[in-house]
Amino acid sequence: MSAFVHRRTASPQAAASWEPTRVLATNLRAVLGRAYPRIIGARREPSWLLFEILLPFLTTSAFVFVYRALSAPAEYVGFVVLGGAMTAFWLNILWMMAAQLYWERDQGNLQLYFTAPIGMMSILFGMAIGGLFMSGTRAAVVLIVGASLYGVVFSVQEWLLLLAVFFLTMAALYGLGMVLASFFLLWGREAWHLSQGLQEPVYFVSGLNFPVARLGFLGALAVSTVPLAVGLDAMRQLVFAGSEHTQGLLPAWAEALILVAMAAFFIVLARWMLGVIERLARHEGKLTTTGT
Amino acid sequence: MSNSVGAPLAIEASGVRRIYKAKPKPIVALDGVDLRVEAGELFGLLGPNGAGKTTLIKILTTLLLPTAGEAKVFGFDVSRQTRQLRRIMNIVSGGEQSGYGLLQVREQLWMFSQFYGLGVREGWRRVDELIEAVDLAEQRNQKVSSLSTGQRQKLNLARGLLNDPWILFLDEPTLGLDVSAARAVRELVEQWQRAVPGRTILLTSHYMAEVEQLCDRIAIVDHGRILAIGTPLELKRRVQAESIFRLEVDRLDGGTGMLARLPGVLSAAVPSASDLDQAIDRQTVLIKLTLEQDAALGGVVAALGTAGSSIVSLQKVEPSLEDVFVELVGRGFEDSEPGSGSEPPDRLGPPDGGQPPDDSYVSTEPVESAR
Repeated sequence: MSAFVHRRTASPQAAASWEPTRVLATNLRAVLGRAYPRIIGARREPSWLLFEILLPFLTTSAFVFVYRALSAPAEYVGFVVLGGAMTAFWLNILWMMAAQLYWERDQGNLQLYFTAPIGMMSILFGMAIGGLFMSGTRAAVVLIVGASLYGVVFSVQEWLLLLAVFFLTMAALYGLGMVLASFFLLWGREAWHLSQGLQEPVYFVSGLNFPVARLGFLGALAVSTVPLAVGLDAMRQLVFAGSEHTQGLLPAWAEALILVAMAAFFIVLARWMLGVIERLARHEGKLTTTGT
Repeated sequence: MSNSVGAPLAIEASGVRRIYKAKPKPIVALDGVDLRVEAGELFGLLGPNGAGKTTLIKILTTLLLPTAGEAKVFGFDVSRQTRQLRRIMNIVSGGEQSGYGLLQVREQLWMFSQFYGLGVREGWRRVDELIEAVDLAEQRNQKVSSLSTGQRQKLNLARGLLNDPWILFLDEPTLGLDVSAARAVRELVEQWQRAVPGRTILLTSHYMAEVEQLCDRIAIVDHGRILAIGTPLELKRRVQAESIFRLEVDRLDGGTGMLARLPGVLSAAVPSASDLDQAIDRQTVLIKLTLEQDAALGGVVAALGTAGSSIVSLQKVEPSLEDVFVELVGRGFEDSEPGSGSEPPDRLGPPDGGQPPDDSYVSTEPVESAR
């Protein structure tokens, strides 16, 4: 039966000997494979349109009405819409990156990932790309609908820098998500509480609905540690160029450099932590499967 | 670390011990396991729950390190050469819920094919072949979450065959399946192994009939130790050296003494009372024949012919693997304590850590959940 014979090799030793290009190709395919359920899932379960777009948009709208009632500068409405769009990514990081490996273990997927001839970073990259696709859709809808509905006028002068800042923010954010994924795996339910505890404070210090400079020292601290805060601060300056209300803590280009450093740091840290996790898992026998 | 012709053994374990940290005292899951499995064998690990079978599979599949001793799979050290080993193996477990419930059968297999380096189109082709082979063609576009337990296990098996492994680890592959689904899985396993010489399977099970039907050789495991290794016949010989036959003839004028005096016959006796009643009903004579070897049966048949007796039925009486286990351990499978020491204690997380979080997650995020 042909289905039972595929890519036959002369010996197990020959089958185990892979060229570096094959290793790379396999890991890239693993990224694609792991991203696939998220990309297809967005299409298959349309209920996310309600939960991911409509309901969060109500929160964004509430802030818009508050600022209008207070006669705040018009840019503030734009800040809220931009922040509402970026909220999607933070939620995605917390619940679909940080928590995911922990759930994958309980489903039995984690041990299959470990025993496959790929690096776990490929799995995390796949999760990130899939998540980025889902959240990007939500963010785009919030941005377009919000801007149209509330008459937000964008003023972009440096498109390239804006795009770079956006993608660097994503790299740093998802790098942080990869690090958190390892923490979740180590700490189990404690990390779940930690994640819940992180959600609102990060919203606050990231200045999703107001310029983070308003927070003074706390804002500066956030810009130096939280990718969402520094990314938003830079994007706000670039999207509303020339506005006196953006109140950037640092020039956008400097914040872009901070994002580069953050992305590199988090991704390297995530890779190191995955190594720790695997060693621990193999020593303790407690991380890859549930019980047996 | 090789067989007589120089090729590496499929599995070679020597002195493998595995101890789990636990309170009040550490748990010894494997206690000095020595095992040699030739390439091309379908080898079974038979033992009750908690015997240490899964722990051994985890070590051999690189998921767990041995506390002491060493193990190699096709010459690759399970502790140090994990990359190479992971390219030639796969694992399928009973009751496995891997993958994502929202994916269709075809999509799920394709996703896993990408983890083993199959090209995008090659992956789809391979998936379609395997779907046909495991008889899931009707379910190919069905969501994984809607499959029955038996269909789910066929899917898991197909996943395990995606990379055409040289060695396949099957951990209780028919656990929880009904009779027909279990038979289908066993047939697929046999077909796959027979398709290419050299393919090796290590199967764990606590279903004796399954192990006896499938396996070339069996290791009986209990409390982290291998108690006996051999073919099913060899193991049975351990508890019953002689050959026993249940013979039914229409008449036996010379009595059982006539047979008992024949060369190679150790005894010839009337069996149990219930058997005797049946024979009386049928107006036949029942005899329990104990021979030194099967070859002595020829003399018995010839003597019966000379005496004018016709054989109504002849049946060889063999001990079961359960008998072997009882003989080795002093108790049956059913008497074993579940979780009596060979499985890991709970994970690093808190006791309730295995449950998904509350429904707020479900309601806010379209995840690839199995639900």
